Amino acid sequence: MLLTRMDPTTLTIDQIRSALTAREISAEELTRAHLVQIERKDPEVRSYLSVCGERAVAQARKIDGLIAQGDPLPRLAGVPVAVKDVILTRGLQTTCASRILENYLAPYDATAVERLESAGAVILGKVNCDEFAMGSSTENSGFFPTHNPCDLTRVPGGSSGGSAAAVAANLATVALGSDTGGSIRQPAALCGIVGMMGTYGRVSRYGLVAFASSLDHIGPFGRSVRDVAVTLETIAGRDPKDSTSAEVPVADYVAALDQDVRGLKVGVPNEYFKGLNPEIGDNIQQGIDLLAKLGCEVVPISLPHTDYAIGCYYIICMAEASSNLARYDGVRYGFRASEPTELRAMYKKTRNQGFGAEVKRRIMLGTYVLSSGYYDAYYLKAQKVRTLIARDFVEAFDDVDVIVTPTSPIPAFKLGERFEDPLQMYLADIYTVTASLAGIPGISVPCGKTRGGPRLPVGMQILAKHYDEARLLQVAHAFEKAGGFEIA
Amino acid sequence: MTLTEKDVRYVAELAHLELTDEEVKKFLPQLDSILQYMQKLNELDTTQVEPMAQVIYASKENPALRPDQPRKTFAGQDEALANAPESGAGCFKVPHVIERE
Repeated sequence: MLLTRMDPTTLTIDQIRSALTAREISAEELTRAHLVQIERKDPEVRSYLSVCGERAVAQARKIDGLIAQGDPLPRLAGVPVAVKDVILTRGLQTTCASRILENYLAPYDATAVERLESAGAVILGKVNCDEFAMGSSTENSGFFPTHNPCDLTRVPGGSSGGSAAAVAANLATVALGSDTGGSIRQPAALCGIVGMMGTYGRVSRYGLVAFASSLDHIGPFGRSVRDVAVTLETIAGRDPKDSTSAEVPVADYVAALDQDVRGLKVGVPNEYFKGLNPEIGDNIQQGIDLLAKLGCEVVPISLPHTDYAIGCYYIICMAEASSNLARYDGVRYGFRASEPTELRAMYKKTRNQGFGAEVKRRIMLGTYVLSSGYYDAYYLKAQKVRTLIARDFVEAFDDVDVIVTPTSPIPAFKLGERFEDPLQMYLADIYTVTASLAGIPGISVPCGKTRGGPRLPVGMQILAKHYDEARLLQVAHAFEKAGGFEIA
Repeated sequence: MTLTEKDVRYVAELAHLELTDEEVKKFLPQLDSILQYMQKLNELDTTQVEPMAQVIYASKENPALRPDQPRKTFAGQDEALANAPESGAGCFKVPHVIERE
């Protein structure tokens, strides 16, 4: 494979496997190449919160041991992975990018992490995100913002901004992120890579620090659809430790990749294109045209309750968050305010000092919408609207196989530009919250770059019905093979 | 404005957050504008609609229940206390509780 000509930090999962098997590189050399790359480039990108060099090299040496013995290699042998810091990694710092968990060492591994390591993956470290996964730019991190590798003055998106940036900057081959209202798909779009959220319950949430339990997902980032497919296949599947994890067997995602897309029906919902910035709209239209050229039938559809999705999503996620974050009280773990000498004062000071502004806003609004007198008007109402939004998709999938939309209405914005107005930030989630509310899977793939000024990545989102991840990956892969990623 | 400073302080109290006066003033218009936006949902008639509390899918057996059998979790008490800001005698230590009037 003449690896000597290729930068080891640009390799795909399959290329890593070939190179290791052919002894062109050792797992330890590959790991060290990434650790060096992180040291060189991450001071600018700032994707990593902590690097676990020892654990990484130890795992790499185990893989090298298997290679030396001529043993068959597990699926992700030697593959360097970055893990979002809301996902627990045993013995390692897991902060959720919050000062309230600044010194927290996770006592166990998330199931997704366990599965990756059993498959031979090398965890390089924990990456940055918005605090407790609340945000769309990674500017809400309690420590520092991450910078978009495509333009360091701009945000990488969020909340899984560190995961996306690490993969885009070749600081990891794949990464794990979490998606509640778009937190994998949107940063993938803004950084020009692939990011996928499976059906709700497809990947175990055991070890994912809870933000909004009916909306949270763990999912993979990669530079190719194939890498994302392999990673998802590795982490997906029933987990008895997560009662919401699906019994449905995991399909063969890799086998699905090369299937012909001719004849598939692609739904285009008009609501997702109304008032859309032409910088984004043009690229998505070209993407749709490419799918038509590949033999897909483009079908105009309507998802009539789209306009209500942001209101619905934020009421539900804030309500659930206010409940899930009640546990951070300085008692059993994390930061504790030292001055108070009385228990309740300790809770209040600890939480106020430990949490950032966005987290506090969401906890307060969540508390408000659940409080006596307001519960019916807000939370119950939102749950009913959720039914309507989910129904829109069920009906659409009677007529089409997949739905294609822009992932984000705007490309990566400048750091600080949208930070002051929380509502503006929320409104940019309009295309991604709907899938989370309906529990359906979604993927974002690169779809060219903007042309008006600086060349910024544009993402195209593909949605499918429950448990139809194979279909999503099939269409995404065909799009990639046909040159869709560089369409403009 | 739907919200008042009193509302913000009340909700902060419920949520165990001790906001500074500056924070109350800063958060008030932000929280208010978000709540106003959420009123949009009232445009929809949902009288005949069931609430969706959880996205649950049909499966043959109900996977949400398991036999009530304890399993090993932490290796020992020490592991459970390892992240505690203060601990002693096998317990988490906290400041004492004062009776409220």
